[in-house]
Amino acid sequence: MARIGLFDIVGPIMVGPSSSHTAGAVRLGLAARRILGAHIQRAKIALHGSFAATYWGHRTDVALIAGLLGMGMDDERIPQALDLAKKAGLDYSFESRDLGDVHPNSVWMQVEGSQDQIALAGASVGGGRIQIFELNGFEVEVDGTYTVLMTRHRDEPGVIAEVTKVLAVHGINIAFLDVSRKTRGSEALLLAETDDPIPEIVVQHVQRVPGVMVVRTLPSF
Amino acid sequence: MEITSATQLLQLCSERDFDLAQAVAEYEAFRANTTCDAVRESMRDTLGVMRASVESGREDQGERAHLIKGYGRIYSSAKDQGHTLGGSLFQHAILYALSVAQYNAGLGRIVACPTAGACGVVPGALLAVADELQSSEEELIDALLVMGGVGIVSAAQGPISGAEGGCQSECGVASAMAAGAIVHLMGGSPQQVFDAASLALQSHLGLVCDPLASLVEVPCVTRNATSATTAIVAANMALAGIPGVIPYDETVVAMRKIGKAMPESLRETSQGGLAATPTGLRLYGEMREKYRL
Repeated sequence: MARIGLFDIVGPIMVGPSSSHTAGAVRLGLAARRILGAHIQRAKIALHGSFAATYWGHRTDVALIAGLLGMGMDDERIPQALDLAKKAGLDYSFESRDLGDVHPNSVWMQVEGSQDQIALAGASVGGGRIQIFELNGFEVEVDGTYTVLMTRHRDEPGVIAEVTKVLAVHGINIAFLDVSRKTRGSEALLLAETDDPIPEIVVQHVQRVPGVMVVRTLPSF
Repeated sequence: MEITSATQLLQLCSERDFDLAQAVAEYEAFRANTTCDAVRESMRDTLGVMRASVESGREDQGERAHLIKGYGRIYSSAKDQGHTLGGSLFQHAILYALSVAQYNAGLGRIVACPTAGACGVVPGALLAVADELQSSEEELIDALLVMGGVGIVSAAQGPISGAEGGCQSECGVASAMAAGAIVHLMGGSPQQVFDAASLALQSHLGLVCDPLASLVEVPCVTRNATSATTAIVAANMALAGIPGVIPYDETVVAMRKIGKAMPESLRETSQGGLAATPTGLRLYGEMREKYRL
C-alpha cells in the first residue's frame, strides 16, 4: 500500500461542496482543456449515473465548465464559471446519457478549439481523484499521477520507436506506455506516462516524427 | 518510515524521541521527499484557508445553497443577542463549524478534512480552542500535524467516505482528529491524544450518511457543529484521565466493520434514513423537477 499523504487527509483545498462531484469534476474539465491544449470554443457534455442524477446539488455542471475554462479545484471563481464561459465565448450544452458499465460519476465531453477537436470520457473516483478512460474512441487509463505524452499517429512500423527515441535522447524515463489503434493501418494512439516533465522542445521533435499527426502533453495534476 | 496505525505512530515517537507533531512532520517529509520546514509551511497555508473559510462562512448568505441559508450568520446574531447557551469555547466551536460547513455547501473554498462534507469539524473545534488558549500559530501548526496523524492512521485502517462507511467515517473521523489535536494543544500525552480520538469516534459509531436530496446540506451542516463540540467533550474527558478503553486502532476497525454492515441505502445514496422521510422525498422531488436535464 502506498503511504498516505498528510495533505490527502488534511485537504485538498477545494471549492465545495463535494470532493467527488465538484472538485473531481473541475479536474476532469481541466484535463480536457489541457489535452486539447487550446482555448475551448464549444463543449458538448453528457453526464452519466450519479453525475446526471445529482449534478445540480453539487454543481457538477458549473465545476466541469470551470475546469474547461482552465481553473483548478481551489479557484474561487468556480461559482461564476457559467457567466465567465459566456464572456470567454465558450458555447456549451449538457445532456444526460447512459455511458454503459462505467463508474457512476462519469462524464463524456467533446470539446472543440479553433484548430482541433477531441472527445474524452472520465470518472471522478473519490476524494477529488479522477481517471480518464476514453480518448477519441480509444480506451486509456490516465489519472494525472504522471506527465503524459500523447500522440495521434498513423499505424505504421517505426513510429512508436521514433517517438520513444526522442524521449530517451532527452533523458525522459517512461513509467508506463500504452499503444492502441482502431484497425490496422488506421489512426493509432500512444500514451507515454513519464517520470519527468516534458519540455516544449521534446514536443517539437516528436511532432517532426514521420507519421505523427498530433502531439499533446498533459502535466501531472 | 511508515504510519499505518496509532500503535506504530506511538512507537515511532518513543523510538526516535519525537513528539507526535514532529513524528508526523518527519513522516510526511520522508514520504513526499521534502523537508519538515516545507511540511510546516504547507500546513500554515492550510491553516490560512481554514481561517478564511470561517470568516467568509460567517458572512455567507447561502444564496448558492439549496436547503439551508446563512446558518453561520443566524447563529452569530443569536449568540450576540444572548439567545444561546454556553461559554465562549462552545459558542465559537458551534459558530465556526456551522460557518465553514455552510460555506462549503454554497461553493466556498474550504479544506476537506478529512472530507468536504466534514470540513467544518476541525476548524470549528480547534480554532475555538486556540482562541480560548490564545495559542500561537506555531502551536496551532503542531496541533494540525497531530490532527493529520490521527487522520492518517484512520485512513490506513478504515474508510474515509460516507459512501463506504457512513457519516461515522466522515464527521466521526473528523471529530477524532480534532479531539486528538485539542489534547496536544493542551499539553496532553500522546496516549491521551489517542484516548480522546477513540472517545470521539466511539460517540459517532453507527452514524449513517443519509443526506436529503443528495445535497451536502441536511443534516450535514448542523452535524459538523455537533461533531465539533463532541471533539471538545472527548478531549476534556481524556485530559481528565478517562481512558478510551478500546484502543484507537481497534475503534477504527470497529467503525470499518459497522460501515460494511450498513445497507447501501444509508451510505450516501439518499435512499434511506432522513432522505427517505416524507419531507426528504418531497424536497428531492422538487429539486429534480427544477433541474431536470
